[in-house]
Amino acid sequence: MLRYAYLRILGAIPTLLLVIAIAFLMVHAAPGGPFDAARVLPPAIEKNVQAAYHLDDSLPQQFLGYLQGLAHGDFGPSYRYRDYTVAELIGGALPLSMRLGALAMLLAIAAGVSAGVIAALRKNTLLDRLVSGVAMIGISIPIFVVAPLMVLVFAVFLDWLPASWASGGASRLLMPVVALALPQIAYIARLTRASMINVMSSDFVRTARAQGLSTASIVRYHAIKPAMLPLLSYMGPAIAGILTGSVVVEEVFGIPGVGQFFIRGALNRDYTLVLGITILYAALVILLNLAVDLLYGVLDPRMRDR
Amino acid sequence: MSRLHALLLALILALTACGDGARQVADDVSLLHRGTGEEPESLDVHKSRSTEAGHVQRDLGEGLVGYTPDGELRAAAAERWTISADGTEYVFFLRPEARWSTGEPVTADDFVYSLRRLVNPETAAFYVQSVGEILNANEIIGGEMEVESLGAEAVDSHQLKISLRRAVPYFISLMSHPSTFPVHRGSVEKFGDAHARPGNLVSNGAYQLVEWAVGSHIEIRRNEYYWDNANTAIDRVFHYVTPEPIVELNRYRAGELHVTRTIPPESFKQMKAERPDEVRVSPALGVYYYGFNMTNPAFGDNPKLREALSMAIDRDFLVDLVGRGEAPAYSWVPYGTANYDPQTYSWARLSKDDRERKARQLYEEAGYGSRRTFRPEIRYNTSETHRQIAVAVQSMWRSVLGVEARLINEEFQVLLQNIQQRESIDIFRLNWDGDYNDAHTFLSTLESDNPSNMTGYQSAEFDSLMQRAGAQIDPDLRKAFLEEAENRMLRDHPLIPMYFYVNKHMVSSRVTGWGDNVLNYHYSQHLSFAADE
Repeated sequence: MLRYAYLRILGAIPTLLLVIAIAFLMVHAAPGGPFDAARVLPPAIEKNVQAAYHLDDSLPQQFLGYLQGLAHGDFGPSYRYRDYTVAELIGGALPLSMRLGALAMLLAIAAGVSAGVIAALRKNTLLDRLVSGVAMIGISIPIFVVAPLMVLVFAVFLDWLPASWASGGASRLLMPVVALALPQIAYIARLTRASMINVMSSDFVRTARAQGLSTASIVRYHAIKPAMLPLLSYMGPAIAGILTGSVVVEEVFGIPGVGQFFIRGALNRDYTLVLGITILYAALVILLNLAVDLLYGVLDPRMRDR
Repeated sequence: MSRLHALLLALILALTACGDGARQVADDVSLLHRGTGEEPESLDVHKSRSTEAGHVQRDLGEGLVGYTPDGELRAAAAERWTISADGTEYVFFLRPEARWSTGEPVTADDFVYSLRRLVNPETAAFYVQSVGEILNANEIIGGEMEVESLGAEAVDSHQLKISLRRAVPYFISLMSHPSTFPVHRGSVEKFGDAHARPGNLVSNGAYQLVEWAVGSHIEIRRNEYYWDNANTAIDRVFHYVTPEPIVELNRYRAGELHVTRTIPPESFKQMKAERPDEVRVSPALGVYYYGFNMTNPAFGDNPKLREALSMAIDRDFLVDLVGRGEAPAYSWVPYGTANYDPQTYSWARLSKDDRERKARQLYEEAGYGSRRTFRPEIRYNTSETHRQIAVAVQSMWRSVLGVEARLINEEFQVLLQNIQQRESIDIFRLNWDGDYNDAHTFLSTLESDNPSNMTGYQSAEFDSLMQRAGAQIDPDLRKAFLEEAENRMLRDHPLIPMYFYVNKHMVSSRVTGWGDNVLNYHYSQHLSFAADE
């Protein structure tokens, strides 16, 4: 298994390089530059600034320079946040985004799997319809509606929770985590329900029933593991997405995470910052997909020998 | 399973553990919480140009002069100054008691060092317009002369002489701009580009930098060595990054902010009704306009068409639409600009019907009408307000003239590029905010060779009037030339001014010392908390 993991990671390097090259071309192809503003720089100043950030080099030269820096772990200076390097910005924001993302994912898995299992066991009852209905609402109402609404209700009107991250205290975690988790809960509940219904009608479950096992034991010892398999494939990219932050949640709650850097970086044409986050995201997706594949082996004995 | 449970529990506890202590928000009278808008791009006064950076920099640093809460020029790092008879030589007498946050005295050498760093091409400073009129500044920026040749010298430790290439009446107000603040030589030489970061930044203003959590806030605290420290009331100030106005307002309503950067249009009426005493609105030095691409013959060669399009717009309606006290604009230089009388279009006072009739007549004289419809594109950057205004303008042009305009929204950077390339652009939305309180900051952007001349307006007559204004030492003569220049430009209609901006803030009723001023400068050192009623 170790050898397999090792080969997979080696195989990911060309993928990553390709991602970097495409992202590099795309950010530079976007119209406008990082130093454009309504207050246009006089030509002499424009020249000085371009030179200071090596933007006067040819594009291939810039790309090679960027790759050279990357090889040394240098993601370059941010064009927008001029007192900081990209590595510092991401390094400062990532732990927070990951912390929130991990909490949200734990909450989502706990709530989503429970709801999904209950709905599956009570298939086509009122309870099932309720769970499915709520899940549908969770998926269709976007975070940018839910999150500000939460702030209005819990921070402005009821004054129970702080409206922003900067206000301090552990209670500031609550709303962002719930807002991040809501759509995930919905997805996970739906996936779990479908997969659980599938598993519960399979032969080995029927055998277990024939042996007189209770539904609770069947679910706990036999059905839950195989029912998690489709969920696992979904979790790889989902976790990568949630760990790198959500721009909406970060903006609404004033959280200094990676998500807002990504969007602001793109809008400000902060080439290096956007590239840095893209690389981070791509690396995370690759790693998590690998983790998912390895977990498959753990959960499904049939996969182990392949 | 129980081991897994324990592991999960430990993980959750670790993740929820609060790294930093909870901060008291509302009631501590030594703490001020302000919304700052977008994140400052840098706290190095030579690496920034945004108004947001300026707000924080004015708390940290201090220029030769500053402003009172009511917008009157005041002595700051310089306690007085003299101006030569020809207006080209300034001698600033620095306060002997002025100190850096390290306790070292602020000297004339510090200013000379900083001004030289500002114009040094290696610094690649973004905003050097503030010192463009200092002798040899532009040549140094262009790499043609040595930095030592800059017209700024230390006569002695506390006497700074600045020589200009010509008399510039508003020069003194430029010396309040953060780009002219002194930087601390010792830390710049030690830390280089990292000198403006927490722990490194040495400042000479009322506050010093404590923490900068990028994406969240900048914390500053009282500079004990500041010469006027006795009059600073608030010990610590938090400048929060609040790019989304509605999010900022919610934080204010939840009691987490004392002062907001702005008030979003969709909530303005509600705030005005619910908290009338906390809504602070005052005229600003900014104008919202539509520009014509003057290099496109359809516009450039057809002044009557441009005038007709301008006249057909009901500015009163637009002002109602935005609805925060903005003033309809019939000129380019905003009301309230110092040493200036507002100029207006000749038809500004006409009734709506007369104005529209005249507009239709011009439109027909321009060669359009029922048989030939004019179909321009209006480009604006993505924003709800800009969209609403574009839709209103589109419908006014349709109903008054029969013009069929197409609306295109673009990301701001894309719009800017399209404007500058002047290829696929007809009419564009932009705004211009004054950098200093003088008509020159508005009018100069229409000079033929000004890089911020977005329309591509070229008028030899306008340029020569601006030049003659620049050569005047007599303020009255200068004012007359500037006014004449604006009138010339208004008659040419390279752009359509729509309304003049207002500064709008929510200010907690507990905050005192707040003054409304056109520059929108609100130094934290002037603010304090009212004693509880």
